[in-house]
Amino acid sequence: MRFMMLMIPGGYDQAAPGTMPDPEAVRRMMAYNRELQHAGVLLGCDGLHPPSMGARIHFDEGQGRVVDGPFTEAREVLGGYWMIDVGSLAEAIEWARRCPAGANEVIEVRQVQELADFPPEVRAAVTDGGSPC
Amino acid sequence: MPGTNDIRRRIEAVWRIEAPRLIGSLARSLRDFGLAEEVAQDALVAALETWPLKGVPERPGAWLLTTARRRAIDILRHATLTTRKHELLEHVMSDALQAGGDPTHADDEFGDDLLRLIFIACHPVLSTDARVALTLRVLGGLTTPEIARAFLVPEATIAQRIVRAKKTLADKQVPFELPPTAELGPRLASALEVVYLIFNEGYAATSGEDWMRPLLCAQALRLGRTIMSLAAAEPEVHGLIALMELQASRFAARVDGTGRPILLAVQDRSRWDAGCIRRGLAALARAEELGGADGPYVLQAALAACHARAEQYEATDWARIVALYTRLASVAPSPVVELNRAVAVAMRDGPQAGLDALATLADEPKMVGYHLLPGVRGDLLERLGRLDEARAEFEQAAALAGNAREREFLLERAAGLRRGD
Repeated sequence: MRFMMLMIPGGYDQAAPGTMPDPEAVRRMMAYNRELQHAGVLLGCDGLHPPSMGARIHFDEGQGRVVDGPFTEAREVLGGYWMIDVGSLAEAIEWARRCPAGANEVIEVRQVQELADFPPEVRAAVTDGGSPC
Repeated sequence: MPGTNDIRRRIEAVWRIEAPRLIGSLARSLRDFGLAEEVAQDALVAALETWPLKGVPERPGAWLLTTARRRAIDILRHATLTTRKHELLEHVMSDALQAGGDPTHADDEFGDDLLRLIFIACHPVLSTDARVALTLRVLGGLTTPEIARAFLVPEATIAQRIVRAKKTLADKQVPFELPPTAELGPRLASALEVVYLIFNEGYAATSGEDWMRPLLCAQALRLGRTIMSLAAAEPEVHGLIALMELQASRFAARVDGTGRPILLAVQDRSRWDAGCIRRGLAALARAEELGGADGPYVLQAALAACHARAEQYEATDWARIVALYTRLASVAPSPVVELNRAVAVAMRDGPQAGLDALATLADEPKMVGYHLLPGVRGDLLERLGRLDEARAEFEQAAALAGNAREREFLLERAAGLRRGD
């Protein structure tokens, strides 16, 4: 089963463009990533630049309305993610617990939907269009 | 307060993560793999007894290590105190004091422990069955009942296999050390072989009733990635990962709702898992970049990739498949490879060419009793319109097939020819 561990760092919603993590935190995180690799569970991971360097596209009026970051309405924003392959939600949670995260950080653990999770009609809709992803 | 089941699940999860680290660290300080495995299991039992009552400790890994160390000290104290045992005891105790019960020692050291663990569990002095069981237990953190369920054998069989394996390692005085450089290649090959066996054990089962079997495939992939993290320069490791990912991509498409196999030619390719294919092709590319294009796993992965890349069966690059099988036959000769090469030749040049390629195999002693040979011959004869001969071949193949589903499938093909359709 694949899970995403979504890192939500407190205060990242208002972080200035180009904000970088401190080297010591990166070192700790790299050790953690190596642990995930050694366990054979890591499929991929990335860190994200702050929202002030991105944009949100709202579809409230039927067509995309672009709002440049930072986003005043958003308190919890992503700072990065890990994609892991583990046997259960409990295992994903256990891995998240081991993360050397800071006091103001939250990790959200979410299971990735697989084709087999979908009911037949949804599966058909997915497979009819080929398999782009 | 969380329910007992939640805690149990959490303990299982902790164990999956901690087992290799714990056993590796203990085996190094105890210089005794068997004892390390035993006291680690004791610590798990203690956790299962204690944690549901007192809660899971803040640092479960450290708790397990401390508990296991205490247990080891007890065992060593009660054993006859020969000089060696005494030395060992001192060593363990000083180790325990220094480390302060903290298993999070330097990462490089853990990497080395992990590698030692892989090499000892996959040691060539052990039988294949023992290697598989031991690897799943110490590296995958699976329990004996879980392994037994996955292999559809009684628990006692697996328990015995593990006891015997540990005894063999002790009798042969196999040290918990990295093999000398000259032996690294063959020892790594042995580890990869164990991983692929675990994968195939999960993949070959078409029943789909037992959820433990797909779990074996997932375990094998994780073990492969573990080895990759420790031996990233080895092309064959990437090749094996590519091969497993590409085969796993067809998991959902290769059997129908009742568990009957669906041939590659008629599989619904939109049900192939695109994520697995992407990861598989990336691993294959890496293996080739590392100069491993002629490794047996890399070649097999390259073959699987030919199918993964073809959007329809008709678009399969049979010329490339024939070329890859020819190379595979030269680096890892086997009658099965020759058989597959003949099938590919038939796809490229027509059924008669395939039959000609098969002719050399008929006298091969290893092919006697192998149901796929008459199965393939039947298929080619049918395509040539030689239906009576084809029917006889399918019937012979059915008589040789070990798997009930396959037998049924072959008999249906024979019966189809009798009816003249």
